[in-house]
Amino acid sequence: MKDILFRIIIGGAVVSGFSLIGELLKPKSFAGLFGAAPSVSLATLALAVMKEGKAYASIEARSMLLGSIAFIIYAAVISRWMMHRRMQVLTATTVGLGLWLVCAFGLWYVVLR
Amino acid sequence: MKIKVDTSGLKNSKWYEFALRFSFGGAVTAFAGLIAKRYGPEVGGLFLAFPAIVPATATLIKKREQQKKERAGYEGAERGRAAAAVDVAGAAMGGFGLVAFSLIVWPKLPAWKTPVVLAIATGVWFLVAFSIWQLREVLCRRLRAHRPNVLTHTLRSPVDRP
Repeated sequence: MKDILFRIIIGGAVVSGFSLIGELLKPKSFAGLFGAAPSVSLATLALAVMKEGKAYASIEARSMLLGSIAFIIYAAVISRWMMHRRMQVLTATTVGLGLWLVCAFGLWYVVLR
Repeated sequence: MKIKVDTSGLKNSKWYEFALRFSFGGAVTAFAGLIAKRYGPEVGGLFLAFPAIVPATATLIKKREQQKKERAGYEGAERGRAAAAVDVAGAAMGGFGLVAFSLIVWPKLPAWKTPVVLAIATGVWFLVAFSIWQLREVLCRRLRAHRPNVLTHTLRSPVDRP
């Protein structure tokens, strides 16, 4: 429980920090870069090194590579859905999470399994 | 297009918007840890690139832009959606930076000091993301110069037009 609470605080703080930077910047397309900041990864990898060791964290980073490719697909597709298909923002971003899961686990199955 | 620091967006932000991002970020970090514990680091690692705050951020941007437009007496839904789409397109470019980040951390973490690896990887993330954004800007400018009446909607959304 203590570990989960610690993760919530560290993860929340790092994510908030990056989104605050994004909030201050213009144009919007540039500020959007910070939506893909390595916030969750910084917090998780630092905690993983402290608790499980460097080898464990390195394996997580290798899988993160596949998650990142899924992220690019997710963001590129939902951006087009909103811009060209005029899909509602909440619908596109949440339905898109399913697309991220399919891409991430699909790549994991093909490359790492 | 020049990059600017604009604090007006911050003034319009509500406290609950930051609370929402904090909660999403914290929840995903905790979730990634739990998944790694249950299924191992190979599966848990995937969630280090989970689009944690994209839905919350895009929804807040849409709402804010829509309200701004409606206060001026115009229909704001379209502009709100365009603003969110542009922000998410930026995140897609930032995604290439995430790929570079993991390509550095994965091989270098076991050999180098952790703070050094994470600092270098974060710097490379920004460099790659910024370079791709800059490249897109240059390409769009050139295309606009050659074909001014084509694809203006795609290349430059209403929110980034002067």
